[in-house]
Amino acid sequence: MMPRTVQPSRREFLKTTATLSGGVLLGFRVAGVTDVAAQTAPAAAEFAPNAFIRISKANVVTIVLNKAEMGQGVYTSLPMLIAEELEVDLRRVKVVFAPVDAAYGHPTFGMQFTGGSQSIASEWERLRKAGAAAREMLLAAAADVWKVDRAGLRAENGAVLGPGGRRLTYGQLVDRARTMPVPPDPPLKDPSQFKIIGHPTKRLDSRAKVTGEAIFGLDATVPGMLTAVVARPPVFGGTVKSVNAARARAVPGVKDVVQVPSGVAVIATSFWAAKRGRDALEVVWEEGAGARVDSAAQQAAYAELATKPGLPAKREGDAAAALAGAATRLQAAYQMPYLAHAPMEPLNCLVALGADRCDIWTGTQFQTVDQANAAAAAGLKPEQVRIHTLFLGGGFGRRATPGSDFIVEAVHVARAARAPVKTVWTREDDLRGGYYRPMWHSAIAAGLDAGGAPVAWRHTIVGQSIVDGTPFASDLVKDGVDATSVEGAAELPYAVPNVTVELHSPKGPVPVLWWRSVGHTHTGFVVESFIDELAHAAGKDPYEYRKALLAGHPRHLGVLDLAARKANWGAPLTAGRARGIAVHASFGSWCAQVAEVSAEEQRIKVHRVVCAIDCGRAINPETIRAQMEGGVVFGLSAALYGQITLKNGRVQQSNFHDYPVLRMDAMPEVEVHIVPSTEPPSGIGEPGTPLMAAAVCNALYALTGRRIRSLPLTQHGFESA
Amino acid sequence: MIDVSVNGKTQRLDVELETPLLWVIRETLGLTGTKFGCGMALCGACTVHLDGAAVRSCVTPVSAARGKRVTTIEGLPSGGRLHPVQDAWIEQDVPQCGYCQSGQVMSAAALLSKQKDPTDADIDAAMSGNICRCGTYQRIRAAIKLAAARMRKGAR
Repeated sequence: MMPRTVQPSRREFLKTTATLSGGVLLGFRVAGVTDVAAQTAPAAAEFAPNAFIRISKANVVTIVLNKAEMGQGVYTSLPMLIAEELEVDLRRVKVVFAPVDAAYGHPTFGMQFTGGSQSIASEWERLRKAGAAAREMLLAAAADVWKVDRAGLRAENGAVLGPGGRRLTYGQLVDRARTMPVPPDPPLKDPSQFKIIGHPTKRLDSRAKVTGEAIFGLDATVPGMLTAVVARPPVFGGTVKSVNAARARAVPGVKDVVQVPSGVAVIATSFWAAKRGRDALEVVWEEGAGARVDSAAQQAAYAELATKPGLPAKREGDAAAALAGAATRLQAAYQMPYLAHAPMEPLNCLVALGADRCDIWTGTQFQTVDQANAAAAAGLKPEQVRIHTLFLGGGFGRRATPGSDFIVEAVHVARAARAPVKTVWTREDDLRGGYYRPMWHSAIAAGLDAGGAPVAWRHTIVGQSIVDGTPFASDLVKDGVDATSVEGAAELPYAVPNVTVELHSPKGPVPVLWWRSVGHTHTGFVVESFIDELAHAAGKDPYEYRKALLAGHPRHLGVLDLAARKANWGAPLTAGRARGIAVHASFGSWCAQVAEVSAEEQRIKVHRVVCAIDCGRAINPETIRAQMEGGVVFGLSAALYGQITLKNGRVQQSNFHDYPVLRMDAMPEVEVHIVPSTEPPSGIGEPGTPLMAAAVCNALYALTGRRIRSLPLTQHGFESA
Repeated sequence: MIDVSVNGKTQRLDVELETPLLWVIRETLGLTGTKFGCGMALCGACTVHLDGAAVRSCVTPVSAARGKRVTTIEGLPSGGRLHPVQDAWIEQDVPQCGYCQSGQVMSAAALLSKQKDPTDADIDAAMSGNICRCGTYQRIRAAIKLAAARMRKGAR
């Protein structure tokens, strides 16, 4: 969900000048976080050779995690990289979340963030080196203590072993290790020696998450904390015209009602009092142009725009001419609605604001950006803002906004409150709060030769640019084309000699944002549905048709073949069921899925999904399985039910009764097959999501002869489960 | 004022009687394991037990807890040991972000207190009120079956 191509020059804009000197937090006791000191710099007597590792004299190894844990498993998989080289027992390691610091920034992009399915890929080298460097220093320390040759020593399970049965734990070596020089390029293990990496490893945070001990942003408290909820305009871009707060102020527990840039905040001694206060608030809004947003009209306008030439995203050969001369021509229009992320934990942000410092507790994917935006809102310098990242109850991209919307709002509320205050969003606030996956329209056409092979492919895409107007635009928008709008379409893998992909980026008042797998959420559906249409038009099997067109793409073929084989593609199925297939590459990985679907009396049931993933070297197969299962559910949920619609500027959905999501009773059996690989590890958080919509719609076509070109499926009279 | 028994401890609380039990648990008692997800009993994140039965605490006024035993996720372990459901969850590597899991565990524990050998349909019925956006349903189902098997053999 994050840009992959931000150039290092962006570092200058987004760089924090904070250092790692830390300092003890001002006595704030955060409920459930038993060790506040973990958020600060290492204790003086610890061995801390780099920003990621601390070892105490009591032999406790602490790993500092520079990525947000939002379910994707980095809390386990990144420490695996360090523990492997450091030679420690992973299950005894303590993991703490990193503060905001340049040391924790992405090795290429500089900024500290979690997204783009980047964590393992970007930290694969650095964290192993960090572990190896610490190991080498500990070995050197032992050699120094025993006055023996380093070559005769080995590190194992948190200790150094030497000749004659000598043994010193890392804790015992802390003082000496701190005097050793940090090796700039320590030797890494050969993968054949891996004891941890590549082995299925259970999560380190499971226990905390099944006992209620894990602390999420919404759980954080500090002494004297107030709670706020904010009344926001009913249409995007609306502003406050007048406020009558009399009844709100009369609600017991309400302390104040204040206007902030995003709306009107009700500040109270508890969430429930704040919410009751907001219910009693009377605000007259100046609505503005946002009141005219209408989804049906917008889709129609997009469809009209798609008939006109757009800005070129890809041009190979002459698609127009080849189309005109083709034996068979097909064309189609595909439509997809706005989607909300709807993470289980509604947005929230606790801010404690002082004269020269600001402490923020929240779940965020965007530390560096948030620090800068919070500082600007607080009238402070970035290094005066500390962000204490907690567990995220889901991110999916929503907790990574270029303008840090929910954090900046919370800072404004804190300025008004003059007390620590946690701003909490309700589910209604979340679903109506914008920052959606954009609405998309695709006009797509292809020409086939006499044998059914595609000779021309013309794809015109219409949808809002996610990065336009943000600092990411200068890197991601080239010649007016937002790379995130066309990813998965511009780099069509199929062997078609004439390809044109064009883009229109209409503007509008509805804020949009990256949503798990970003542009692939729509291009995956369109490309994998349309290629299926071509296969059927050519009278060919959809799997075989794709295979024939992927000759130069061994990793596409690898997952496609694996999924087809494991799904028994072509073998007879229970009556009333059909299979649909899709293959799509995103975020550095390749994925293929086969869905087995029935649709008796319009009740769609997805029975089974076979998923093949090639993500390079598997670091934690358990994480990969879980992320594929999760990606399937996220994509399927959107395909079946997901839509945010607006009428008279108002979002029509508000909670899970009118924004349904997948539940247990609609969950298919998901099988995950990981392609063995020694290539560098690539993304898994997002690559599983883009394929479900197409796989299911392709199955529905095989089952019913009805081609679905707009989502969600429930709008076509289908029910689910 | 209301006397509320939570996880075996009775306390007199100065709260308005219509306050949802969820917010009394989270804010008055400081037990944050029970989560807020929707406020309308649609997502199940707030599930607690009232006299052993699963209820959605976000729509249950605290007055409904008068004279009853409230159990939250923090009170599920007994004798210093995790509940078999919690053990099974850990073994099956169920949680991802984990935010829904307190509610999932409480719903599952309530199911297994009434049904020793739940079918898939039983599991669907008992658990479809608990949403998971991370998609852990398959593992939840496996963990429920694992916990059920162990409980039938005497695990408590």
